[in-house]
Amino acid sequence: MWDEEVDRPAFRPLRRTLIALALIVACASVFAQTPPAPPRFVVVLDAAHGGDDSGARLGSENEEAFTLAFGVRLRSLLTARGFAVVTTRESDAGVDPARRADIADHANSQACLSLHAAMSGSGVHLFVSSLAPVQNTSFDARFLPWKTAQAAWVMRSISLAGVVNSALSHANVPVTLGRTALPAIDSMTCPAVAVEIAPDRSSDAQGPASLDDADYQARVADALAAALVEWRSETREDHQP
Amino acid sequence: MIPRHQTILFIVLLAASAIMGVLLWNQLRRAHDRLLRGEDSAPTQAPLVAPAEQATLMVANDADNTVQPRILTLPLPQNPEARARAVLGKLLDLYAAPESTHSVPGGASSIAQVFLIPIADAAGRGTPDGSQLAVVNLAGTFVAGHPSGLETESLTVLSICSTLSANLPRVTEVRFLVDGQPRASLAGHADLTRTYLTSEETVAAPGVRP
Repeated sequence: MWDEEVDRPAFRPLRRTLIALALIVACASVFAQTPPAPPRFVVVLDAAHGGDDSGARLGSENEEAFTLAFGVRLRSLLTARGFAVVTTRESDAGVDPARRADIADHANSQACLSLHAAMSGSGVHLFVSSLAPVQNTSFDARFLPWKTAQAAWVMRSISLAGVVNSALSHANVPVTLGRTALPAIDSMTCPAVAVEIAPDRSSDAQGPASLDDADYQARVADALAAALVEWRSETREDHQP
Repeated sequence: MIPRHQTILFIVLLAASAIMGVLLWNQLRRAHDRLLRGEDSAPTQAPLVAPAEQATLMVANDADNTVQPRILTLPLPQNPEARARAVLGKLLDLYAAPESTHSVPGGASSIAQVFLIPIADAAGRGTPDGSQLAVVNLAGTFVAGHPSGLETESLTVLSICSTLSANLPRVTEVRFLVDGQPRASLAGHADLTRTYLTSEETVAAPGVRP
């Protein structure tokens, strides 16, 4: 009786729907048993300056060229370690600070490094936004004031700076830490640190202090990559139930 | 052969030119003396000798990215705006010195003006504690000569804000102008469009270790 009714042409669409639902449930149960793939860990590299804005003069080259070359080197190291890397500029083109923040915000990244270079000071200078920290829960996170968006991420940015500081110190690179007001960073909605690379003028340094020292550049880049590996593992531990 | 009458005419004209030259020279000298007599070079107001007072300068150090207090005795005017300018001028003089720990050319003349403006609430009344906004007008030559770099620019802004806060406790906010106009950054890095709060961690705890 039932078979006869179901075989009627009027019931055929219903039968197809039931079969499709059964297949979806079966597939879902199979996929539920396989472990979920880890979420993409995105890092934004912001090579400062570019175009008409050449930045500081660094002996034989300008800051814009140095940060671009260093960003390419760091991107290779990070890609080899399984990171998804987003860059704010790939050529000698000027990028507005607001556009840099826009790229970083749309990448939904877990770490943003703004790369700078200078001849003053010694070693690597790490800067976090000077905005006063604001708790995420105190306002609707979908709507953030543009120039102070980083306020909700300042505490995470300070944690990231701490991890980078440890990695650089471990690599015998002198580090100073501070807070600053940098328009691109202040508008970013991710843990963000400005990294300014200066020549190593410490007593441990070998040879004259220069940013052209390939070994020194490699040491800093390796330390930054190691810091981001550490930051990724810390972030995943925090998100585990 | 030059005719006689032409020779006489030439001599007469030459003599007339010489006489006119002497007359003109005399007139010029008289006019100069007359102008000098008309100018009163006596001072209209006796210069005030400001009493020497202690001032706290927050001096930046590029080597360790810190700002450290240095107490100096300076002749400081009573007017708060003039006092602020004098203190900041001394700070920038230290930076322009050859042995400076934060080398920035320019010196005292880099501070064109400092304006102190009462901070008003929403109703337009001043705050009960008399908080003030300091507007520091920097000379364009100072900004043009400032070294570019995140650390060095941040330290300059930080030391100016914290020096104002240390010597004028009612100053709670600081803004910057360059030749009277707003400017995006000091030398490509430090933001000059924002209002700096002296209570911010940047100013209150320089060189903070996260």
